[in-house]
Amino acid sequence: MIWLTFLMALPLAGSVVVAALPKTNEKLVKQVALFTTLLVMGATIAMAVGFQRDNVELQFVEKYSWIPSFGINYALGIDGLALVLILMSTILAPVVVLAGWNESHGGRWSVKVFYTLILVLETMMIGVFAATDVFLFYVIFEAMLIPVYFLIGGYGTGERSAAAVKFLIYSLFGGLLMLASIIALYVMSGAQGGHTFDLASLSHLQMSSTTQNLLFLGFFIAFAIKAPLWPLHTWLPDAAESATPGTSVLLLGVLDKVGTFGMIRYCLTLFPDASKTFTPMILVLAVISIIYGAILAIGQRDLKRLIAFTSISHFGFITMGIFAMTSQGYSGAALYMFNHGFSTAALFLVGGWMISRRGSSTIADFGGLQRVTPVMAWMFFLAGMSSLALPGLSSFVSEFLVLVGTFTRYPVHAIIATFGIVLAALYILIPVQKALHGPTTPGNENLPDLNLREKIAIAPVIAIIVVLGFYPSPLLKVINPAATHVIAGLGFSDPVPTSGNNE
Amino acid sequence: MTFTAPVLNYSLLSPILILLVGALIGVLVEAFVSKALRPVTQLSITIGTLVLSLAQVWKIRNEHSTTAAMGSVVIDGPAILLQASILIISIISVFLIADTDHFTALAASLPGSDEERHAVQTGNQVTEVYPLTLFAIAGMMLFPISSDLITLFVALEMLSLPLYLMAGLSRRRRLASQEAALKYFLLGAFSSAFFLFGMAYLYGYSGSVNFAGIRESVVGGSGNDVLLLIGIAFVSIGLLFKVGAVPFHTWSPDVYQGAPTPVTGFMAAATKVAAFGAMLRIYYTVFANAQWSWTPLLSAVAIVTMLFGSLVAIAQRDVKRMLAYSSIAHAGFLLAGVIALNKAGLDASIFYLFAYGIATVGAFAIVTLVRDSNGEVTDLNRWKGLGKRSPWVATAFAGFLLAFAGIPLTSGFIGKFSIFSAAYESGAKGVVIAGVLSSAIAAFFYIRVIVLMFFTDPIQDGTTVDIPSGLTRITIIFSIAVTIVLGVFPAPLLTLITNFATFIR
Repeated sequence: MIWLTFLMALPLAGSVVVAALPKTNEKLVKQVALFTTLLVMGATIAMAVGFQRDNVELQFVEKYSWIPSFGINYALGIDGLALVLILMSTILAPVVVLAGWNESHGGRWSVKVFYTLILVLETMMIGVFAATDVFLFYVIFEAMLIPVYFLIGGYGTGERSAAAVKFLIYSLFGGLLMLASIIALYVMSGAQGGHTFDLASLSHLQMSSTTQNLLFLGFFIAFAIKAPLWPLHTWLPDAAESATPGTSVLLLGVLDKVGTFGMIRYCLTLFPDASKTFTPMILVLAVISIIYGAILAIGQRDLKRLIAFTSISHFGFITMGIFAMTSQGYSGAALYMFNHGFSTAALFLVGGWMISRRGSSTIADFGGLQRVTPVMAWMFFLAGMSSLALPGLSSFVSEFLVLVGTFTRYPVHAIIATFGIVLAALYILIPVQKALHGPTTPGNENLPDLNLREKIAIAPVIAIIVVLGFYPSPLLKVINPAATHVIAGLGFSDPVPTSGNNE
Repeated sequence: MTFTAPVLNYSLLSPILILLVGALIGVLVEAFVSKALRPVTQLSITIGTLVLSLAQVWKIRNEHSTTAAMGSVVIDGPAILLQASILIISIISVFLIADTDHFTALAASLPGSDEERHAVQTGNQVTEVYPLTLFAIAGMMLFPISSDLITLFVALEMLSLPLYLMAGLSRRRRLASQEAALKYFLLGAFSSAFFLFGMAYLYGYSGSVNFAGIRESVVGGSGNDVLLLIGIAFVSIGLLFKVGAVPFHTWSPDVYQGAPTPVTGFMAAATKVAAFGAMLRIYYTVFANAQWSWTPLLSAVAIVTMLFGSLVAIAQRDVKRMLAYSSIAHAGFLLAGVIALNKAGLDASIFYLFAYGIATVGAFAIVTLVRDSNGEVTDLNRWKGLGKRSPWVATAFAGFLLAFAGIPLTSGFIGKFSIFSAAYESGAKGVVIAGVLSSAIAAFFYIRVIVLMFFTDPIQDGTTVDIPSGLTRITIIFSIAVTIVLGVFPAPLLTLITNFATFIR
């Protein structure tokens, strides 16, 4: 079975085709890109159907020797969490292509290069979640930076090259710390029965607690930069402000998830004891992120920066859920990752359309859009509601699970984090009020509403947000077995409620 | 008294002998062939000689683990691999040297003199650079296979002297070029003196100039340790000078900048292979048992070299100087492979040398293409917007830079990973951490060049990118292909090196 390799090969082949197309035929380039991403989405859904939900082992496993001298394998395999994230990535890709149909025009290079980069990036997004060889993971983790770097620096707006460099330097620095840890793991594996990078084998390594703590930090800092956790977040607002909306969706929606995914897949699995040691500190950072991101979001004048800061707050929730070490917290975090992908996508895409129509990203420049462009205004409103986790929309379920999961073990943290929800209402409702309601700001009277292409692009995102809000169980059924397995693997059992009837 | 004729094993020495014969023919061609035919004749002889020599290395590949020339030379796995690397790097460098536009018409004339003008006007271009290159390559081939101190010194001088001359051959900015040559020569002579001094002490310590003899004394541990320590220290200075490690690096930025770019590329790549090859042999065999005395010192040099090279490179505004400091940083990384002192370290170093050498020649090949009416443009500010002017050239250069920075899917990453893991395995954790840190610093200035090329708008100042000539094109395409293939599928080469590379002592 080579499902995963097939999934990775599809967009790669697409990128080769796109690169070979004539530069002038921009329409064909876009059509081929859209077709490829749709094909990948279809293939992913087909694979997901064959996923055995109750099986906690890795599935769709592939393993080929890659660099035998170092014991490196090309090894892939997915559990419930990885499946959910791959599904999210491959659904978002066609949405981004369709939604950002014209966003590649203002770039330094041709439209063709933009879509080649997007498709190469999609290959890596699948690979990074599917890799089960630490070396392979690292290679993709680092190589991914290059297409994103060119997407921001080449097609963004404003201070795009500075933002791209900041993004790259932060990520490379984290990556190199991780590389040092990986080298240490490799050397230790050599001393304990043969050089390997296999994740499962590495998790059985014997090491002193000091070593484990240091290596854990190497991995964790890299992931904390990626998933931006306060105080390592400063690259994100700049990158999100400069990137095109589509790139931002992939950056915040998918790439940053590699950070939180990595915390689960690598930090918790490889260094369970160190994870426990650092949990109190990480939880504090997570809570600070939640509150800090929310407060700064309230203060933003720029729409894109605002969305970026809301994400910092959301990533705080995800990190808190992961390190709460309960199965609800874990399930909540996993579900949160999926939902955040879509609510951020909705915000960025609709926000991007507003910005490109108005020609400005300052919130104060909008006003009264409800009257002029009702459909767009409603979509933005829905996206905002999803971001503040309104009950009935998907993010509510995940945020609730994270808070419940955290409360059973760390009530104080959970209570403080709850203030994040109150602040969320502020940071969403204030811009909604300023941009959508009130009198129409002069100059906005003739803005066009969403066209058919844009409606088609946003429809699946909104549908997922609404449907999963009422009926999250298909995803939870995939995530829960893995969650229980991971938490049990760490030697934790969920705390029993102190009161109430457990039936 | 009976005289025994020495047994030389000519077949094992043949790769070097072929080069020397080729060089001598080159000298004759320079004297007797008409000026119109000279360039093409010289080029064909040089390439032919190099290919023949490479074929000869291939032929003797399975006869390794023997000594030749009465134990003065060792042919073992690493020797074959290093010689093959030097030859391959040389061939692609000679393709660059073939562009005579970089070389002065008459090196013997004073800059700006009538004589020089006359030579240019009549098109009387001398081509002595070819035989010089062949002599230098012959020295480089001998350097890593020498197994006694005398041969080692002869090889050192044999590779250095032609290089001193070649550094002064630049057609433009001749004064700077001659200054570079003189600087290189003077400092090189100093370092040779140190080297000789160290040799004398080693002889005094062991009573032998042969590596095996010195090794025996080191293992036996009966000699006077003070002599040994002084010997190791001074021989190390000579070697560290050649590889450009801090604090013996001061020549390299000036020489890199002043020398004609094809020569810089050749020197940066091939000399490193030869010098590190010799270094690996000496430290892994002769001094291995005195590890306690030199590892701390060499670790300190490695750490300082990595950090210094990376930090100072940030401040450079000239592409050749930047590459010079980057090569200093890389010398630091390679020293980590020497310090490792294990099989993995040896394999990693050989891989790294080959990968780095190829990428270096490729990068300098690109530098030769960016020009204005006064010749090459090396000021980085004028490289702005190169990605717009000629996307392919800029993309290739970005590829080399990413390889230098050690980004995955390039040969540089595999090299860095293997060398750091070998060093970590031997317990040199400090070196690894410094290496990782300086990689992060180094990434910054490599990326800055990429930003300059791709994210900045071109300025109109007459800077153009030459259409590469056929030979330059081959060099660039070959280098970038090797850089990427070794990044994605390094397994065949790594396996080859692992199976092959064992020093005989």
